[in-house]
Amino acid sequence: MRKIKKLGSLLVAAAVALTGVLSIPSENVFADDANTTYSYTYDIWGDFQSSPDAYRATLQISGASVSTEELQIGNFIEPQGQFVRGNKLFVCDTGNNRIVEIAFDGREYKAVRVITEITGLPEGEPAELSKPYDIYVTEEYEMIIADYGNERVLHVDKDGKLIKRMLTPDVTPFNDPQNERKFQPQKLIMDTAGRIYVQSEKINKGLLEFDIVGEFTQYVGASPVTFNMIDYIWRFFMSEEQLAKLDKFVPTEYNNVAIDSEGFMYVTLSTFDDNDFMSAKSVRRLNSTGSDILVRNGNDPPVGDLKWNNAADLNGPSRFYDVVTFENNSYCCIDQTRGRIFAYDFQGNLLYAFGGTGNRLGYFRKPVAIDRMGESLLVLDGLSSVITVFEITDFGKLINDALREYQNADYDKSAEYWNDVLRLNGNYDLAYIGVGRALLRQEKYSEAMEYFKAKRDRRNYSKAFEQYRKQQVEDHIGDLIKALLVLLVGIWLIKKIRKIQKEVRECD
Amino acid sequence: MRLKKIKFSSLVSKEWLNHFGKTLKYAFYVIFHPFDGFWDLTHEKRGSIGAANFLVAAFLLLNMLQLQFTSFLVRNINLSRINMWVEVASVIAPILLWCVANWGFTTLMDGKGRLKEVYMGTAYALTPMIIIGYPNMILSNFLTIEEISFYSFFDTLSMIWFVALLLAAMMMIHDYSLTKTVFSSILTIVGMAVIVFILVVFFSLISDGIAYFVSLYKEIQFRFY
Repeated sequence: MRKIKKLGSLLVAAAVALTGVLSIPSENVFADDANTTYSYTYDIWGDFQSSPDAYRATLQISGASVSTEELQIGNFIEPQGQFVRGNKLFVCDTGNNRIVEIAFDGREYKAVRVITEITGLPEGEPAELSKPYDIYVTEEYEMIIADYGNERVLHVDKDGKLIKRMLTPDVTPFNDPQNERKFQPQKLIMDTAGRIYVQSEKINKGLLEFDIVGEFTQYVGASPVTFNMIDYIWRFFMSEEQLAKLDKFVPTEYNNVAIDSEGFMYVTLSTFDDNDFMSAKSVRRLNSTGSDILVRNGNDPPVGDLKWNNAADLNGPSRFYDVVTFENNSYCCIDQTRGRIFAYDFQGNLLYAFGGTGNRLGYFRKPVAIDRMGESLLVLDGLSSVITVFEITDFGKLINDALREYQNADYDKSAEYWNDVLRLNGNYDLAYIGVGRALLRQEKYSEAMEYFKAKRDRRNYSKAFEQYRKQQVEDHIGDLIKALLVLLVGIWLIKKIRKIQKEVRECD
Repeated sequence: MRLKKIKFSSLVSKEWLNHFGKTLKYAFYVIFHPFDGFWDLTHEKRGSIGAANFLVAAFLLLNMLQLQFTSFLVRNINLSRINMWVEVASVIAPILLWCVANWGFTTLMDGKGRLKEVYMGTAYALTPMIIIGYPNMILSNFLTIEEISFYSFFDTLSMIWFVALLLAAMMMIHDYSLTKTVFSSILTIVGMAVIVFILVVFFSLISDGIAYFVSLYKEIQFRFY
């Protein structure tokens, strides 16, 4: 008996050793040098799941690193905005009152021009830029500059000659003598029709819209007033001073604006109460009438982190400060609370999140702007005054491919990419649902149900199940009828026998 | 060595089994004739504690099975986060608390029922939850998302039936009017909250007390070593 036991344990040990040898991967398709990953997703239960990196920081661009022999650029000071057009990167070096144009030649980022003043302004107006906060560049390389310090927005051609300028508009609250606000443009974009939308500091009426000749037309996309019943009741018990301090009843102000490939505006806002982060809609997609049309079909709305602890005294929900959009309607939001980047697909599912606060490559101190050049992401840090370049990894590419094929309605091809994603990350929920969708279309209902059930996709599971149930009933309808017949005959027989028994008994 | 054959009949007497079967069967009568049924349940001794225990056990089992076997379209549960004992306690504790709190209040309010009878009435009132719950759990696995309302309908039906039966049971057992029953039931729920509160206070007090003596012991230990 004991011998058998010994032999058994030996066998087990041998088997373990063998599988250890055999499980060494024979192919290494997605080999990656670095072994540190700091990306993650949230699963269907809202739990943190580590993920392979979709983007990896490769380079930091600073004022010194872009300097050439002809053009010496000192370090940036508190840069606030950037814009990418083609292979050109425009950085608003706010603290130095200048705009630096940087070109990427496929290998290096080098400065090509520094803009400190513009020409063609009327007499008496300052030609120098003062604290430029943001810039938008058209396809013809015309520039629209938010000249924060001079309280104006400038539209100049590619040589820096004025085309038009937008000064303080004659509307409330700028012309309100009691509650005077300065026109301090911070962020802006231009839409395809040539209208310019400006976000001005401490303005909560929405974005200022200027028409093609530079006249103010209207406010756009004011966020609806948040109303809270408990606050309303509290107001009855508050003193005048307390009421004056309370400004809960005003709409929240946006902090950034971006435009996507379809011409819709994305705005972010960060002035919401810590506890309201789930309902605050901190990133919105606005249509031309200013209503929010962002799709929020994910398990959780796009709010950034779902849970957090108190690590390193960083507490509270994510607060988005900029957003960049992709051609497939995905978008990345940048969070200043923990210096993270959150990518969402066109349905609002979290694709991946990465980043953090710190001084290492790939970490930020105060990220203020995010843009993309080709497939790489450029993140501007307002405190350490550098731009971090992120390159997409194979994993990130697979996700993009899968999403693209899905949007092209090629579900089978999309599923192939999702299968590859699953090979790299078995915890990637979207991939399971993607594979399930393809199985559903291939009429492999019971397999599709398994995939959907694993990731609790109720609607798709229900669809697959409905077909499966129909199929099963159709396949077994004959058996069902037979069973029913047997049952009926059985009942009839039993009744008959009972009756006979009763009669026999009565006869006795 | 030959194993002694243990006969089932030697564990439970035939009379007991007969009585158990009869009293359990009586549950079906009670749910359709609540007033009549609950009066006879205690006054005519047509119910038994054994049957009541069986009903509570069946209800407990139903609740446990539902966690695993109800379709996730109806109840989306993360099984890895489920603690069996917490789930068991969340079924058993309210039933026991209800009985104790109800007995406590009705004793002060001229209620005729004893604790045993209150427990029996409560357990028999669970019957519709059990006989609807099991088939409903199986049914949920054959429904699509649009057909979930069938499940919800039966679920709600069993709930309403249970509450109505519970009220009828309390009315008959304590010989109350309807208003007095409703009033005493509300008081009972308040009483349940009070009991839970006192338990929590008691436990924290005990643990503080223990902590005090532990620290005292440690202090003395440091002195002498």
